[in-house]
Amino acid sequence: MQPHLKQTYNYAFLDEGSKKEIRRTTLKAVAIPGYQVPFASREMPIGRGWGTGGLQLTLSLIGDQDCLKVIDQGNDDSVNAVSIKKLVQSCTEAEVTTDSERATLIQTRHRIPEVPIRADQILIFQVPLPEPLRMVEAKERKTKQLHAEMDYSGIWLRLYEDIVKWGKISIGADYPALAHKRHIFAPSPIPRYDLPKLNHADGLFLFGAGREKKIYAIPPYTDIEPLAFDDYPFETEHFDGCNCRLCGSSDTFLDEIFDEKTGQKFYQCSDTGNCRKRQEKRHTP
Amino acid sequence: MIHDESRPLLSVRHLTKRFGKGCTACSHPEQLPEGSNHCPHCGTVWACNDISFDLYEGEILGIVGESGSGKSSLVQCLYFDSSITDGSAHIATYQDGAANIFRESSQQKRYIRNHLMGMVYQNPWIGLRMQFSSGGNIAEKLIAAGTFNVHEIRARAKELLDHVEIPVTRMDEVPLHFSGGMQQRVQISKALANHPPILLLDEVTTGLDLSVQARVLDLIRRIQRESRTAMIVVSHDLGVIRMLCDRTMVMKQGRCIEAGLTDQILEDPHHAYTQLLVHSLL
Repeated sequence: MQPHLKQTYNYAFLDEGSKKEIRRTTLKAVAIPGYQVPFASREMPIGRGWGTGGLQLTLSLIGDQDCLKVIDQGNDDSVNAVSIKKLVQSCTEAEVTTDSERATLIQTRHRIPEVPIRADQILIFQVPLPEPLRMVEAKERKTKQLHAEMDYSGIWLRLYEDIVKWGKISIGADYPALAHKRHIFAPSPIPRYDLPKLNHADGLFLFGAGREKKIYAIPPYTDIEPLAFDDYPFETEHFDGCNCRLCGSSDTFLDEIFDEKTGQKFYQCSDTGNCRKRQEKRHTP
Repeated sequence: MIHDESRPLLSVRHLTKRFGKGCTACSHPEQLPEGSNHCPHCGTVWACNDISFDLYEGEILGIVGESGSGKSSLVQCLYFDSSITDGSAHIATYQDGAANIFRESSQQKRYIRNHLMGMVYQNPWIGLRMQFSSGGNIAEKLIAAGTFNVHEIRARAKELLDHVEIPVTRMDEVPLHFSGGMQQRVQISKALANHPPILLLDEVTTGLDLSVQARVLDLIRRIQRESRTAMIVVSHDLGVIRMLCDRTMVMKQGRCIEAGLTDQILEDPHHAYTQLLVHSLL
């Protein structure tokens, strides 16, 4: 009879050497805001492109005293967010939460929580495409050179062409911005609504791209300027006259939900954790 | 910019450009076999060999020579498209002529390219982004020099395209759809976007039919007259050189073999090769 094999992993899945390398990369990233630092992205138990970059950052930082929140486009309950949470729970003693104000580490895909991040919190982004210049230059060797020489006329030209063609800049999510007046960076596909939250924030923002093997960071109190022409200023999405159907809020990022049967349109908070808290507050007299 | 007219705007000294590693047999250009710029031992090609010249404000300098004589390599080196092996160049309006521009950092070279020089290539595919509109191509240069206002950019692009006689209605069209002559004129307007004091023109009329050639040449003369831009015109066509240039330099196999006033060179060529060139003029 085969003996029952019990697989034991290191604390937080990654071996200590890997975690150290990722933390060291993170330190370099913090030192040069917006600069993409290459790192040896590890094989993870989820597929590349499914949040491995963010997950590796989370695992390299997490300890027993931490409280983790994982969100997927604002949602705490999506399959991906739940699986990542379960994985972290299975190899650490860290607590998990859906309350962004209780969490010390928040791993996120494509949203920033509505409640501003505090100095004792770290927000970790899952990044699909870390290179903002990829849309104008296909070669990595060239984009590195363009960043080094701060030659950003190519990406500006793209914005100009957008204005000529559509009368406005048509980039919705992943809007490029300039960090610390030096590097243009991709904020991951967060809506434009979330981009100003990166400017002079109290907390630390880390970006991990597992497939592209890059880590970058926006440290607290960093200047973040979305690219915009003088006469075509940067604009965020707005939801004038719309309210969340669950919590009634009118000052949050709303998702549009379409009911096929009735043909009705609803609006609902994208940040489910925050929405739930507001609902509770509304129901307690 | 106030500039002393007796001082050259651009002065190039001992510019050497070598393709290949070089060996002991060709460590000095004098060792190369007579009438060749090719090292028989290591295969190194000396594209530009100890070239020196001055360019003054508002002047057009012609560089003439057969293909492979190193004239295109020379302007590509000046525009930092390719690196040099040895030599120096100084621009009077850049750090008061104190800096050797070849020794500057790549950021500074970019500044010089965007603010002090314009380049028009023989092949418009190199000088233009064919997938972007003509206005966008001009915008790229303006943005690189720090203009971030769409209305200003468009006003300047209109002015430039009008100047090179391209209908403003075609401003938002991609140059891919333009004729060769039009593409060349878009390239010239792009090169002129930031009022550069120096313009480099590499075989701009080659491959264009005669009437279109004439219009492009007219345009170049008008620009020189109106904005006193100093230009280096590279051509293998003595007709173009005669029409445009005040002074001319004749190159053969990487060396400058004769230089002087254009009229003088055409009427009284001294070097045997120049004589051959002038006499083969149709």
